[in-house]
Amino acid sequence: MNFFLTIVLDGLIQASWLFIVALGLTLVFGVLKILNIAHGSFYALGAYIAASAVTMVAARGFHPGIGFVAMLVAVALIASAVGLLLERCLLKMFYGRDEVVLLLVTYAVFLIFEDLTKLIWGVNPIYATQPYELFGNLEFAGLYYVGYDLVLIPISALIGFAVWFGLNRTVIGKIVLAVIHNEEMSVSMGVRVNRVYAVAFAFGVLLAALAGALTAPKISMQPGLSSDVIILSFAIVVIGGLGSIEGAAVGAILIGLARAASVHLMPEAELFMIYFIMAAVLVFRPEGLFKREMARRI
Amino acid sequence: MKNGLHPLVMIALVAGVTLLGRALPTWTLSLATIAASNALIALGIVVLARTGNVSFGQGLFFAAGGYGVALIANAWGLTDAVAQVIIGAACGGLLGLIVGPFIARYSGIFFGMLTLALSMVFYGALVKSTALGGSDGFNVGRPTLLGLSFTDPREADFMLYAVSVIVTGFAGIGATILFRSEFGLASLAVRENNLRVEYLGISANRVISINFVIAAIFAGASGAFALMAQRHIDPQFAYWTTSGEFVFVAVLAGTQSVAAVFVASMALELVRSFSSLYLPNTWQLVLGVFLLGVILFLPRGIGSLWIRKRRKRSTIAANAPIAAETGAAS
Repeated sequence: MNFFLTIVLDGLIQASWLFIVALGLTLVFGVLKILNIAHGSFYALGAYIAASAVTMVAARGFHPGIGFVAMLVAVALIASAVGLLLERCLLKMFYGRDEVVLLLVTYAVFLIFEDLTKLIWGVNPIYATQPYELFGNLEFAGLYYVGYDLVLIPISALIGFAVWFGLNRTVIGKIVLAVIHNEEMSVSMGVRVNRVYAVAFAFGVLLAALAGALTAPKISMQPGLSSDVIILSFAIVVIGGLGSIEGAAVGAILIGLARAASVHLMPEAELFMIYFIMAAVLVFRPEGLFKREMARRI
Repeated sequence: MKNGLHPLVMIALVAGVTLLGRALPTWTLSLATIAASNALIALGIVVLARTGNVSFGQGLFFAAGGYGVALIANAWGLTDAVAQVIIGAACGGLLGLIVGPFIARYSGIFFGMLTLALSMVFYGALVKSTALGGSDGFNVGRPTLLGLSFTDPREADFMLYAVSVIVTGFAGIGATILFRSEFGLASLAVRENNLRVEYLGISANRVISINFVIAAIFAGASGAFALMAQRHIDPQFAYWTTSGEFVFVAVLAGTQSVAAVFVASMALELVRSFSSLYLPNTWQLVLGVFLLGVILFLPRGIGSLWIRKRRKRSTIAANAPIAAETGAAS
């Protein structure tokens, strides 16, 4: 029983940050119809910025709590700026081209960011562990967990709820949904689709970078981080259905549990399991678990 | 289609390029070998792209070919280059035959994602299989040709260059003939509208499956070349960035011309090797900027540099909708 609980908790901890990454990816796909390969790079960017911020604050002798807040603020500011800049100056030029071409544009961005992060932060692993002890150790049903890990679960749920609420219960959200649903119609109703695109992309970047920042204290930042994360979040959004928020949540929990279960039961099958699930879902429901089938256009 | 070169002219071209290898310096020779091998797999992607589907998991067949050849070479001591290419192609083709019919039902982004997922399943399995060396992979011996072994490294390089250029060249000629055939035109029709093709009595799934198997055969043979050139294999062969690079070459080339695939592949290798020589820490950055530049300024690929004018004169009336979309579809 305890063993089972360990897997579930570990899975949920994994799922919490994976969900935030996947949420950004699925939103960007929903609005801009771009499957963003560079999304993993934004995650890595957030993690690196967070590490720098935490180290800077710690070096001045402040409380790790301040470091935690400082890293979130720094990441939020820089990521939104990067997102807006990329959308306005680069992606804009490729709208209307084939899905695959846009995918390759983001692949090029991914390649560029790989080297940029190496140029700025070097190739050696970077750590930012100070905030990790912030919430102490918590006991949960006889199991000891690092508080920080457990706190990630409600944070992620909160972010998920905020996005859902923002999309479904506010005017701006309704406009975004209208653009997702039918872009031409929204334009003719007077929606400034360009603006929606820019904001949605920047928000997607922000979510990826936030997830990077939140996980930064748990991991070591080094090259290769982005390609591992993108491949996981791809699996999640494909399982859940591209563009679906509920799908991203369920996909993240599935992948989180699968990772945790295979780490505890058969560590050699971890990556295999994830892609096996993804392939299986695609075989039976190519549109993902949470997407309605669309009528075929002749 | 009347335009394009006669197959005999193309054979002469392949022979010419092969002999040119005699005059090339050694570093270009190994570069050209890799470029030819990448061109082969990218050609497979172009073949498949003509049905409107882009595979992001060609690494699966690339690795299958490579591992198949490496295992047989180490188990039975089979080192003949030509035999290895045939084995690689057979391994890729067999796997394609299994995967193809099942994957042909999907289209667009789902096709790409499913192929990517399959290649990553294979990668995951390879990394963890200790019998195959895990993530480190294993080494294989030098290839021979028709019983001759090459001790002089320059001769060995030239042999590999010649074999890869000839095989890739003939694959290119085969592809050109295929593109002009009834089947090749049916593939284009599938991309335009697969439902109408079905109503006309052609099975779209069959067309996609066959193209898929051809792409898989090319990828398997390409895996054999990569193995012979590196004399080492590891799971990186199946990783998604490897597959991404092949799609990269295919997009640089565009779907209009077979020759463009070779030019694009060579251009990519040159950019890569020069930037890793002069800008060792930023070659990916250079590559990314190069890719963005090509997509922006040559939307229909490198092939559009010399194909555009001819199309305008002769076949624009017949091919107008196709020509308008060829660049975008890759």
